[in-house]
Amino acid sequence: MSGIARRLYRGEVDVDFVGRKKLWYGLSAVLLVISIAGLVLHGLNLGVEFKGGSVFSFKAPAADIQEVRGTFSDAGVHQIIAQTTNNGWRVTTESLPPEEVTTVQKSVAQKFGLPQNQVNLQVIGASWGGQVADKAVIGLIVFMLAIILYLTLAFEWKMALAAVVALLHDLVITAGVYAWSGFEVTPATLLGFLTILGYSLYDAVVVFDMIKEVTAKLGTTSKMTYTQAANNALNHTLIRSLNTTLVAILPVAAILFIGTTLFGAGTLKDLSLALFVGMIVGTYSSLCVATPLLVTLKERESRYQAIARRLAAHGSAAKSTRQPVTAGAANGSVPETDKRGKKK
Amino acid sequence: MLLVLLAIILAMGGVMFLNRAFTPEYGLDLAGGTTVTLQPVTPNGSAPTEESLNLAVSIIRNRVNGSGISDAEVAKSGDNIVISVPGAGQEEVVKLVGTTAELRFRQVMAVTAGSPPPPGQMPTQAPTPSPTPAATGKQTSKTRQPAQTATPSPTGSPAGRALSSALTNPSPATTPAPSDRPRKNASPSAEPRKNASPSAEPSKSAAPSAQPTPLPTDDPMAGVDTTGIDPAVLKQFEALDCSKDKGQGAQDDPNKQFVGCSQDGSAKYVLDKAAVTGTSIDTATSGVDQTTGEWLVQLSFKGDGPSQWSKVTTTAFNSQPPRNQVAMVLDGVVISAPVIQEPITGGRAQISGSFTQVTADELASQLKFGALPLKFEKSSIDEVSSTLGADQLRGGLIAGAIGLGLVLIYSMLYYRGLGIVSVLSLVVASVLTYEAVVLLGEFAGFRLSLPHIIGLIVSIGITADSFIVYFERIRDEMKEGRRSLRTAVEVAWVRARRTILIADAVMFIAAVVLYFLAVGGVAGFAFAMGLTTLIDIVVVFMFTKPFVALLAKNKFFAKGHKLSGLDAERMSTQTTADSKSTPQEA
Repeated sequence: MSGIARRLYRGEVDVDFVGRKKLWYGLSAVLLVISIAGLVLHGLNLGVEFKGGSVFSFKAPAADIQEVRGTFSDAGVHQIIAQTTNNGWRVTTESLPPEEVTTVQKSVAQKFGLPQNQVNLQVIGASWGGQVADKAVIGLIVFMLAIILYLTLAFEWKMALAAVVALLHDLVITAGVYAWSGFEVTPATLLGFLTILGYSLYDAVVVFDMIKEVTAKLGTTSKMTYTQAANNALNHTLIRSLNTTLVAILPVAAILFIGTTLFGAGTLKDLSLALFVGMIVGTYSSLCVATPLLVTLKERESRYQAIARRLAAHGSAAKSTRQPVTAGAANGSVPETDKRGKKK
Repeated sequence: MLLVLLAIILAMGGVMFLNRAFTPEYGLDLAGGTTVTLQPVTPNGSAPTEESLNLAVSIIRNRVNGSGISDAEVAKSGDNIVISVPGAGQEEVVKLVGTTAELRFRQVMAVTAGSPPPPGQMPTQAPTPSPTPAATGKQTSKTRQPAQTATPSPTGSPAGRALSSALTNPSPATTPAPSDRPRKNASPSAEPRKNASPSAEPSKSAAPSAQPTPLPTDDPMAGVDTTGIDPAVLKQFEALDCSKDKGQGAQDDPNKQFVGCSQDGSAKYVLDKAAVTGTSIDTATSGVDQTTGEWLVQLSFKGDGPSQWSKVTTTAFNSQPPRNQVAMVLDGVVISAPVIQEPITGGRAQISGSFTQVTADELASQLKFGALPLKFEKSSIDEVSSTLGADQLRGGLIAGAIGLGLVLIYSMLYYRGLGIVSVLSLVVASVLTYEAVVLLGEFAGFRLSLPHIIGLIVSIGITADSFIVYFERIRDEMKEGRRSLRTAVEVAWVRARRTILIADAVMFIAAVVLYFLAVGGVAGFAFAMGLTTLIDIVVVFMFTKPFVALLAKNKFFAKGHKLSGLDAERMSTQTTADSKSTPQEA
């Protein structure tokens, strides 16, 4: 082991997350803009469950599921849910215009040797339409309020706000990935979103808990600004964050890459993509969005400003117990750490 | 702790074994299910309005997903409604879900046997308390069974459910008055009413109201007090033969007198105009009677309901039998016609009977979520295969297994000796989760779908995080260089515990909010999320911590062996000055 890997392994890292907040804010802003542009320009590719669709039913006892799916996708259908019933096949597709319905009926009839009028069509409404989606949205709003309330009680409102902003950030970016990739949004995907929501918050809470612990020691005579303390805390939990993300993401990555290359696309791909992107963004945002945001909010408090001013006046911030900190306080601004590695 | 956990795991395994339930119940996407198409029936054959269809969809959705974890789907298809329920052979469920559930309370005006008694049947009936409406033989077509209650209804209420205010204690001795009943033509040989005396075993289920065919006479209308009954209705009443047509689907106009049959067809009724309708029901809940231990459905009324209810019970109380009964009519069928023992004020009522938990829940959810605005008949029933196909499930499981393998390899490499703890913790969490999912499938109708499985796999990350947090804390403590491993394990636990609880609380709040506010698959997912969060806490508190404490006593770990994950090199992360120090105190 050497270099970064070794330092990581020994928990010997010192990355100035908070000091680079302009970089992170910029990066996030770009990602958000791209995502929102995708949502506006492309929109989401909503599945049958949300939009309704066409249901074809026919009898083809000899056909297997691959054949049936193949026939439909050759006919130009994108979303195919093939099911066997006790009297034949039932294939649900996206809402098709009349001429395409005829095309599909023709090719199915041809493939399985049926008269065309024995390929029946029904139009089906959304099973996850209006009311279900509305309730999910209401649930989400109440959930956010409940979380803000809880985190305000457990921590403080600034942390609650920062955590929820990071959460929204993750959701928008994940949605943006869907918009640009054109992956289908199904109920399964929606549940993937909800998982991200839980995961992202969980991650932020663990980080904030550490920040709270470290910054609790700050007093009028302390030798660290809030920024430095928070950054310390971040580095402290960095190993945990990376380990947790890796452990959580390995199975998802396996499903996304192995599962979909070996077994083809489908719900699995749609769902695991949401999780994969969401988890990476979630880890990034608790380190690089939530914390800098929290620091920005906290540094406005007079007691932390006082510490910052005092340390600036002394010309240097004293070393913390854990990491050397060089104060960049020449111009009286908040001292920032600027060390990537350690001086040996 | 470890032993308690072992006991829990074994106990859950034992329950699984006793119930022969070893695999989870799967959802629609993984196991397929039953799809039923309901076709609306309008009186004049016209198309139903969009509005009433949408309302019907949402009511059916609420009913079918009352508990929120069964993962059923409801969609409009043209003018029809398509319901998909996971699992094969669920037609019964769908049928119940599709019933209109229009509930009305009507005062009874007249009762007779449901159909002319078949010749030759009477003599055999005579000596014993005859088959009662509760006898199961006739009930196969319906899940709900009318049945006897502890309240004897001496007037021979043919439908066995008793209705009383929540506060009224059934008192067996009240109003035995068998002579009140106009029964002048009853031949002594066919007299089944041997229980009519107050002393006769009132609490036995088959007892006083065992009167399915109380009037075995040639003229069923003999002795019926017809005053106040609309002649047209009376004619209808005479013509009605409950063995052929129970009146289901009959037009049940609340503003007219009504003729209907009891659920098993053993009695027919003339009922007065509806006194209270189902729209006055505020809530309906199922529960267990504290004294008898029976399942029952409790109702509370809203709006004008309480005053109307009090009025009709007062009127009935002051009337002669059989007009002292108030019938509950559900979708045109008399499901219960109890004798009113006293006027019921306060706007509450309860329906008791030999409900099972399932049937009581069903009726409660039907009543609570309201009546369907349309009548439906089912036009097709299909068993459908899974929406995903077996290949997707297999792909997911194989990939998931590979992913888990990677996690295990990673934690062994990174945490070395401590990796054993994380691997075992994950195994314990998996076993607990599997058992919980199987048992919930067995007892609560929980259906595992693909998103749940993925969610469970993700929860591995959260479970793993709990001990990663803990391990890192232990390392922090050790790094400070002044603690023995055994102390570090305890001190780190106090700090890690708080983090774990706060973070898990967030997850749990998320799960609870989504469970109660969302419907369909989201609720089921939230349920799984809450479950895994609880399991995480159980595993960390009852397994990981005690196990680490146990290991800390072991030399291999306490001395910081190179492979223990707590070796000196690992811990020497202080600045140059103290980087050579060992984690332990000298």
